[in-house]
Amino acid sequence: MNPNRQPPTTSALAPLLLAMVLWPVAAWAHVESGEAGGFLSGMSHPVSGLDHVVAMIAVGLWGAQLGMPAIWILPVVFPMLMAIGGMLGLLGAPVPGVEVGIALSAVALGALVLGRVRLPLAAAMILVGFFAIFHGHAHGTELQPGENATLYSVGFVIATGLLHALGIAIGLIQRWRLGGVVLQAAGGLIMAAGLYFLWRALQ
Amino acid sequence: MRRPGAAALLAAGLLVLPGAARAHLVTSGLGPYYDGALHLLMSPVDLLGLVAVALLAGRQGARAGRLTVMMLPAVWLLTGLAGLTASSVPDLAWLGTAALLVLGLLVAADVRLAPVAVAALAAAFAAVTGLLNGAALAAAGAGAPTLVGIVLAVLCIAMLGSAAVVPLRALWSRVAVRVAGSWVAAVGMLMLGWTLQAA
Repeated sequence: MNPNRQPPTTSALAPLLLAMVLWPVAAWAHVESGEAGGFLSGMSHPVSGLDHVVAMIAVGLWGAQLGMPAIWILPVVFPMLMAIGGMLGLLGAPVPGVEVGIALSAVALGALVLGRVRLPLAAAMILVGFFAIFHGHAHGTELQPGENATLYSVGFVIATGLLHALGIAIGLIQRWRLGGVVLQAAGGLIMAAGLYFLWRALQ
Repeated sequence: MRRPGAAALLAAGLLVLPGAARAHLVTSGLGPYYDGALHLLMSPVDLLGLVAVALLAGRQGARAGRLTVMMLPAVWLLTGLAGLTASSVPDLAWLGTAALLVLGLLVAADVRLAPVAVAALAAAFAAVTGLLNGAALAAAGAGAPTLVGIVLAVLCIAMLGSAAVVPLRALWSRVAVRVAGSWVAAVGMLMLGWTLQAA
């Protein structure tokens, strides 16, 4: 044993003690982790596929062409019926031809915008609601486990609503003569995109 | 200088013992009252239901709004205290989810209701949610101060929400309220799917 060896001083232990005091309370685990991930995941889901995006925008475009009250009733009907489809998907209830239905929704809604077709409000609601079930079912079967279900659902619904709002906002260009023509052309593009998705779905 | 003994190091170690018992309760760092307020803000189902109640009450007029603002926090507090002290509380989470659907549909459809009926709906929602909140707080080791934080946050949101909706006259603003209701209903529907899937 070395008789000259000095015992450790307080200053030697101070960094250690300081580090221990400042150590983060790491075991506050379970503190609402992954919340933002669930919300963002839900928000990104409806915009992750172009087939969904064009159909949802088309709902807004068609609503804008139809005017009041369809301009806001259709975007209200779509998320609610889509949620029913989502619930069916979550429960594993089979809906035949989901991908074909989604593609057909783009074809049909695009054609309606292209032709400036005016259907009675009830018929328009039924048509939009019918297609919404396919979109919802597809999302319901693809939802990721382990994330906050509520925030996922909130993000999912908000993103859908915002896509409709985007469609409505674009649809307002029909106030101008040229804008109306551009809107119909946009409907034609959506219909063409829908035909492409339909071709892929049938392959 | 005297060398710190094992007891001193043990005491220092105790300082860093993790707060594991705070699991599932958001910690604001500002004490139990604010923990409670934050708990509400971080509980999407409770918050969405509360917003739907406020929108519904606001659409029915000032009297319905006043009744709701009085009834909602009172029932929330009473049932919360019951949940805090109860030995066991039945799993009524599905009922809270179903409430989202019902309240959202009522707002989306712009249903006209008597003020007393709106207050009764608010009370029913508050009873279920308060009871579940109380049980959750008891499980997390929190107490009445946290519950008071939740209830006062409920009061603020209900009051501000319904008061914001009562004077709305423009068509677009009423449509916005109905669209918000439809979104709440859609979330409720999806949540029911999640609940049934988990069951």
